[in-house]
Amino acid sequence: MKEQSLVSDYIPILIQLCVAIGFVVATMLATHLIGPKRKGANKLESFECGIESEGNARLPFSVKYFLTAILFVLFDVEVIFMYPWAVNYKTFLHEMGMQGFFSMVIFLSLFLVGFYYIVRKGALKWE
Amino acid sequence: MYNISEVAFYGLSTLAIFSALMVVFSRNPVHSVLYLVVCFFAISGHFLLLNAQFLFVVNIIVYAGAIMVLFLFTIMMLNLNRESEPHKNIILKLAAVVSGCLLLLVLVAALKGAETTTAMPIDAIKDPNIGLVKNLGKELFTRFVLPFEISSILFIAAMVGTVMLGKKKLT
Amino acid sequence: MSTIFFLGYKTILVTMVWGISLLIAMYATLMERKLAGFLQDRLGPDRAGPFGIFQPLMDGGKLFFKEEIIPNDSNKFLFILGPSLAMFTACMTSAVIPWGPDLNLFGHTIPLQIADINIGVLFVFGVVSLGVYGVMIGGWASNNKYSLLGAVRASSQMISYELAMGLSLIAVLMMSQSLSVKEIVQQQHGINWNVFYQPLGFLIFIICAFAETNRAPFDLPECEAELVGGYHTEYSSMKLGFYLFAEYINMFVSSAFMAAVFFGGYNFPFMDKIANGNLLAILGVAVFFAKIFFFIFVFMWVRWTLPRFRYDQLMKLGWQILIPLSVINILLTGGAIMLKNL
Repeated sequence: MKEQSLVSDYIPILIQLCVAIGFVVATMLATHLIGPKRKGANKLESFECGIESEGNARLPFSVKYFLTAILFVLFDVEVIFMYPWAVNYKTFLHEMGMQGFFSMVIFLSLFLVGFYYIVRKGALKWE
Repeated sequence: MYNISEVAFYGLSTLAIFSALMVVFSRNPVHSVLYLVVCFFAISGHFLLLNAQFLFVVNIIVYAGAIMVLFLFTIMMLNLNRESEPHKNIILKLAAVVSGCLLLLVLVAALKGAETTTAMPIDAIKDPNIGLVKNLGKELFTRFVLPFEISSILFIAAMVGTVMLGKKKLT
Repeated sequence: MSTIFFLGYKTILVTMVWGISLLIAMYATLMERKLAGFLQDRLGPDRAGPFGIFQPLMDGGKLFFKEEIIPNDSNKFLFILGPSLAMFTACMTSAVIPWGPDLNLFGHTIPLQIADINIGVLFVFGVVSLGVYGVMIGGWASNNKYSLLGAVRASSQMISYELAMGLSLIAVLMMSQSLSVKEIVQQQHGINWNVFYQPLGFLIFIICAFAETNRAPFDLPECEAELVGGYHTEYSSMKLGFYLFAEYINMFVSSAFMAAVFFGGYNFPFMDKIANGNLLAILGVAVFFAKIFFFIFVFMWVRWTLPRFRYDQLMKLGWQILIPLSVINILLTGGAIMLKNL
């Protein structure tokens, strides 16, 4: 049994997209037009608890965040791979028996090996 | 007389090309990333038109939601204080133009070849529902189960690489 | 069903869902303040109308009439884009949630769901993963160190918890064999709710939902003591309103998603006793909203009860505890289903 679906299911999402964009744009315009405008040099400075600000915020930050982002990309792709398996799991059990389960057990154990390596190396350690 | 999917196709293509060009031409690198996100959305739309619904959403999650976030992190880490980027060497510019043109040539040649082969051996032509998640999963875990398992080794390699590069900075 | 009718009723439904989620988000602010008052043994807002019921309207109106301040050092376009994106993504997630059983009106069957798509669960993920941009762009564009730190923290936290969230749902999908939210709900007919089979999965999911919506005890990105206001330090008027509001809409939608996926959505015990389809639909919607309000209440209850996590604790929980736990959950579920089916 093949699963079937049509692209036309997505038309309502397009409608919702239009409504959401319309709402955001309209509100932004309204608040821009309604609100008062009194500008001042001190007022428009960036806030630093009242102390005169030092330089600006275009600063490099900790590489830890960056490492987290890369690891996230890798794991995210792996998680995505599990979805086509999960929705077919019962079919696989019927058609292939244990193999349907163990194909994912292998994948998951390799996933955990990578995960263990990362934890051991302290890449996820925040102090 | 155009039908609605043709209109959608041309609309999405125009959006994709426009945003791809803006990625290159915009001055601010953060804007470039955002245009790239728009470009990925247009491509996702193309996947949807082909009824590849799983790829549509995976393209959004992985490319627009994960990889572009990483790009944004990278750009935010750079020091963007300098108003103008350093002046590039003229030879470098010339080399970039030449290699870009060569790549274009290769792509055009490849696509031209594809046009003439009318009997496309693509499953999508035979079965328009192949892009749905269930059907895709069946293919992936029967015909392509070995490459699938091997891909997880690729992920481990990538993780090792990441940690190696990251650890140098950490200690 | 004719195309015009289809488009017409979908547009009405979209507008209704949008309006209701805004309304609920507005009144959730009041509910939050009342609840905080109750938990801290004080009254909470009670001046605007009886029991302060006009307070959210006043707050919303006030935000419109406030001056919008765009700092000189900021990147203007991105500064406006940030909150807009946050609001936009918050408004998009509700598209795949089935609000109730099908209605029968004017000889048509009207499903109370905006779009019953094949990949509903993943659609929610896709939109949630885009939610990072609003925070990140807004925080960076402000050109303020607090905002930058808040934004980086927030986005790191959100992407980290996305992983555990995705993994925790896989066990549910192994049981339901479908990614369509409507089908998942239909399978939980009566009291056959997923939470009884997936208690661990639900626990992981609700923790991740707290982290994804940046709610306490994971509200590190805006912790006042360290970062002033976090990523929205520089924001004012409706742009600030958008950030705060998007948080409440996200809370509403994630409550709805949890109610649908784990707590049976519009299903309730003895629902088969009701013969009238439309009555069942109305009761179903009421039950669904009761569940949603319960979860919104849990969100608030936790916020005013638990202290905030430290950032290293947060990351440790997300990566080193929740991810292995959800992998174990997948394996356990897989084994159990295999034992049942072989």
